[in-house]
Amino acid sequence: MRDTGASGELAPLTLSLSEREVTRAVSLRPGADLEGFRAAVRALVAEGVPPERVVWSAAADSACLFGAEAPAASDAPVALPRAAAALVPMVVPHRDPERYALLYALIWRIRAGERDLLEIASDPLVHRLNGMRKAIQRDLHKMHAFLRFRRVPEAGTERFVAWFEPEHHILEAAAPFFVDRFRSLAWTILTPEGSARWDGEALRFGPPGRREDVPPGDGFEAGWRDYYESTFNPARTNLRAMRAEMPKKYWHNMPETAAIPALIRQASSRTAAMIEREPQMPTKRQPARALAAMADQDPASLDALNGIIRRSEPLVPGATQAVLGEGPVGAAIAFVGEQPGDQEDRQGRPFVGPAGQLLSRAMAEAGIDRSACYLTNAVKHFKFEERGKRRIHQKPTAGEVSHYRWWLDRELDFVAPKLVVALGATAVLALTGKAIPITRARGPFRFERLDNRFQGFITVHPSYLLRLPDEAKQEAYETFVGDLRRVEALGRELAG
Amino acid sequence: MDETLAKKLRILADAAKYDASCASSGAPKRVAGKDGLGSTTGAGICHAYTPDGRCISLLKILLTNYCLFDCAYCVNRRSSNVRRAKFTVDEVVTLTVEFYKRNYIEGLFLSSGIIKSPDHTMELLTRVAKTLRREHGFRGYIHLKSIPEASPWLIEEAGLYADRLSINLELPTEASLERLAPEKDGASIQGAMEQIGSRIAEAKAERRRFSPAGQSTQVIVGADATSDEALIRKSAHLYGTFGLKRVYYSAFSPIPDGSTILPLKAPPLQREHRLYQADWLIRYYEFSPDDVADATEDGMFALDVDPKLAWALKNRHRFPVDVNRADREMLLRVPGLGARAVDKILKARRHTSLRLDDVARLTSGLKRARPFLIAADYRPTALTDRLDLRARLAEPAAQLSLF
Repeated sequence: MRDTGASGELAPLTLSLSEREVTRAVSLRPGADLEGFRAAVRALVAEGVPPERVVWSAAADSACLFGAEAPAASDAPVALPRAAAALVPMVVPHRDPERYALLYALIWRIRAGERDLLEIASDPLVHRLNGMRKAIQRDLHKMHAFLRFRRVPEAGTERFVAWFEPEHHILEAAAPFFVDRFRSLAWTILTPEGSARWDGEALRFGPPGRREDVPPGDGFEAGWRDYYESTFNPARTNLRAMRAEMPKKYWHNMPETAAIPALIRQASSRTAAMIEREPQMPTKRQPARALAAMADQDPASLDALNGIIRRSEPLVPGATQAVLGEGPVGAAIAFVGEQPGDQEDRQGRPFVGPAGQLLSRAMAEAGIDRSACYLTNAVKHFKFEERGKRRIHQKPTAGEVSHYRWWLDRELDFVAPKLVVALGATAVLALTGKAIPITRARGPFRFERLDNRFQGFITVHPSYLLRLPDEAKQEAYETFVGDLRRVEALGRELAG
Repeated sequence: MDETLAKKLRILADAAKYDASCASSGAPKRVAGKDGLGSTTGAGICHAYTPDGRCISLLKILLTNYCLFDCAYCVNRRSSNVRRAKFTVDEVVTLTVEFYKRNYIEGLFLSSGIIKSPDHTMELLTRVAKTLRREHGFRGYIHLKSIPEASPWLIEEAGLYADRLSINLELPTEASLERLAPEKDGASIQGAMEQIGSRIAEAKAERRRFSPAGQSTQVIVGADATSDEALIRKSAHLYGTFGLKRVYYSAFSPIPDGSTILPLKAPPLQREHRLYQADWLIRYYEFSPDDVADATEDGMFALDVDPKLAWALKNRHRFPVDVNRADREMLLRVPGLGARAVDKILKARRHTSLRLDDVARLTSGLKRARPFLIAADYRPTALTDRLDLRARLAEPAAQLSLF
């Protein structure tokens, strides 16, 4: 087992220093100086200076140290495992003056052979750095959560301004969150160490601000405090939990917290009043009529259902309109296709494009009167991909089919056909909820789904015939007409 | 903000607060478009905490607290004498957008009493979400309550705009529903959950957007006689069957103008806490519902020890566990070791042998863990078998409930 505790025993790397007792002083700019730290690490590593020989200072306190000199600059990048490279920027903003020294000690040990050091969370150094990382994450999180903007009118437009006091040097790390969220607004965040300003295009960091630079109120603050008070449940008062998550140090910049003392003071009497109060008789009459009407919301006719379908939006955007079913209620035979095509979408009627025309011809040959049948689609909106000027049909997904299934079920309820013909695999999926290959199931079939039970028949979709190579077309068409003849006979039999 | 709107806000926030759900998590990460507003971070953000210790993440309001239903546990039931109000769609949209711009909230959690009909109500809820998304380019979080009695296509439309849908089960058994919520029907609630569950799964498989943060539900604790064990078994069933993201447990709380058929006394909040802990054991600690049942006494969790500790005390023959050798499943059973600590142990022990001091740096629960584990330089000797172990580890009388 390796000794993971001490870093001073890693002698080999210090050899380049020879016998000279060198101390290096690194002076970084106040706050989170990631660039400065990176440059210093490069220089120190190039020179081979071990952590115990480096004195780090940041901010105005950079008193000169006797005998110490700055390391010579170096451009050679220092390679680090990904986890370590990610840890550094998360610790650099920490207020702890030791942060740079600890990070350099970590880098030194990793380079001395402890490549997986960060995986050993129980190591004292790793444990301490992880704790610092966690503190930064928490500080960032609290800034994202507890910062409050106030609106300031600004030359015909508006700007949102906030004052916040982070615990660590996190302004630059915290700002991108606000850009992502409030991209279309103009906003400024002021802190005692610096400010961030967004004008819709660019993020700029500037000098510190003052609390007085933020207006004293905002038109929505009273409403927000009302909300805060009203959403509090006095019967569950738990101050410890509140303070753990929202420490008092943040309160003075959060307008809603002014309500806290009164809420706490009144909590127990409000709760007691609720418990002691005798149950009251309802002062209003029982709204019997409204209750009866409430249960009566289902569409009462096919027209009412079609109205709902017409008003709804396509699940996949793009279609011009919903294409509703067509034909008499009570028709003996209902045909269910896949979804409207380009022509159907333009005209708002089912089966009017090339496939629909082919279906009409085949029906006529089989002796079926199209006008006596009900024709509809499993999916009511056209889905397509645009290629140049053409709109290329796209097959509906299984999820889309189930989304539209409710309507098909109700529609068939109203039409109440004796026989339902599924044209193609999508119709079969809609009617059975299962993917069944047409070749296997072609012919009479019983559709049972939820409350619907229909005598059915499965055949191909006419558009399939259009896609076949010419030499196969005729035979397939004749088989299709043969299917429709059986449909005609079955329909007559069931109706009679 | 004008006073009429403020007044409505007070009434309709008060009316919505008994829903425990506050999460703004689980949505895919999004950022605002060029002219849009709002983002989601994945984990969610709590923007404030009220003195009940609960988080304010979303603007949680009802569209209206007028209601035709008469559920005994609900402050808004039609026979209650509370003050009533109704927002317009635009008012909710304005409040959401203006609160959001000031960084008060992560988004909206909108629910409603049933007015006119379930369909009418559901349409209004969806219209709010649609207006926010379409007209304001709002990419913040939206949680919509689904009305299980509404037509299925309306529930499905809501999923196109919402990040999360929820249907509150409220009462875990059919008998309680019948007694306390006469207009509700267990079958239609479960049917709607199933419907939403399959739409979410399909959309995920087809990479479409449909309630991407999943669905959740809430059950009320203590309004009927259902045991803890039965509640947890019910939850395990909901997680398994409908793929629910969360089950919230809400200790029944006294409400203004309470109903006569409710119990007089609220259950201790500690009971709710224990249910959440047990729920986590099921979801993150590989406990089966039977294991959790094993942690109860006659179906109820002890209030002075957490369910994991209760299980360990009953199964002492499985301990102590060697932190340097045991598998993940067994480490997860050690009281005081959280799932994160266990993962750190597994990683660290690949490189080093862990002593007790090392373990202390990986968990804050060492005091509870000590009797149950072995480290490189430590054995609990007789501690694991001590008869007074439970008393030594039990929490001091709970301060969660002040009344």
